[in-house]
Amino acid sequence: MIEIPALTGDLFAFVVCAPLMVLLAIGIVLCRKPVHSALCMAGVMVGLAVLYAAQDAPFLFVVQIIVYTGAILMLFLFVVMLIGVDTRDSVVETLKGHRFWTIVAILGLTALILLAVSQAVFVGGPTGLANANAQHGGNAEGLAALLFTRYVVLLEATSALLITAAIGAMVLAHGEKLREVKRQPEKAAERIERYAKQGIHPGPDPNSGVYAGTNAISAPALLPDGSVAEHSVSKVLTSRGAVVAVDDLRGATGGAFEDIRRVHAELEGEDK
Amino acid sequence: MSTQAYLALAVALFVIGALGFLLRRNAIVAFMSVELMLNAANLAFVTFARQHGGLDGQVASFFVMVVAAAEVVIGLAIIVAVYRARRSASVDDASLLKF
Repeated sequence: MIEIPALTGDLFAFVVCAPLMVLLAIGIVLCRKPVHSALCMAGVMVGLAVLYAAQDAPFLFVVQIIVYTGAILMLFLFVVMLIGVDTRDSVVETLKGHRFWTIVAILGLTALILLAVSQAVFVGGPTGLANANAQHGGNAEGLAALLFTRYVVLLEATSALLITAAIGAMVLAHGEKLREVKRQPEKAAERIERYAKQGIHPGPDPNSGVYAGTNAISAPALLPDGSVAEHSVSKVLTSRGAVVAVDDLRGATGGAFEDIRRVHAELEGEDK
Repeated sequence: MSTQAYLALAVALFVIGALGFLLRRNAIVAFMSVELMLNAANLAFVTFARQHGGLDGQVASFFVMVVAAAEVVIGLAIIVAVYRARRSASVDDASLLKF
């Protein structure tokens, strides 16, 4: 079991990460291109992971890196690529006074939360998780003990949620068919119809020819009357002019037959 | 570092996320802002877990992450579906219910 050391430089981590994270968070909001926003978001997520590590949460540190920077941001980047990297926001206000009232609402929200937070008084420093972690022998073990006892129903509900989400995403992202796919019955019916209307042979095309000198696919087959069967050679070869001339091929065979005939004649002559 | 500092950071992140969600009209960026708000809440959870010396806060944070993952999957699928139908990722263009 690999122990992930919790950062001891709590203060150092906070001082380095907090301003960076706030800047990057502002970057998410202000960047014109969604890709830049996604990159800023990656920075915020990594900063948060570091702060989790600084706050005695090594398990969440790892989960944050894997789930957020690993999975969720990849998903965001995929969608940004799908939808178009260049989609920019229009600057026109569709609602009148949208920006003004947004700023007012945000200021109000800030005041509200800050007041609520500043009400809380924490006497002394944080308790720390040393005791809680020691009970089960570590942070991950402690979390596991809670997850599989007190929160086990919630954990099972989460599994249902994840399965529903996966199926929902498949249903939503499923594309419509652009055109009907032709299957075997339709193709067969099409072939027979072509035969009935245009007289095109419904079966497979003839093989290439077999000659004494060659049986390559560029050698056309011959019909019973000695003419060339057009469909026995691929259209590609025909258009490239790579088809072997039949007369050349006949030459070898014809010569051989001529020899045989001559020998036969000689033998017959000797017999007489 | 004191609990208050972490809470202030969480508040800042949450407020920036809310601002982005309200201001931006690109659906993807608005969605990222929602993620930012969820993460700010997570930070507050973890901070309070350490303050009170219990692991329940970290468990809550873990569950938030799981729900956020499911939410991102569905949300991005919806964005892609809307983009297919409207050829736009702007939240202004999905306005059929308005009229």
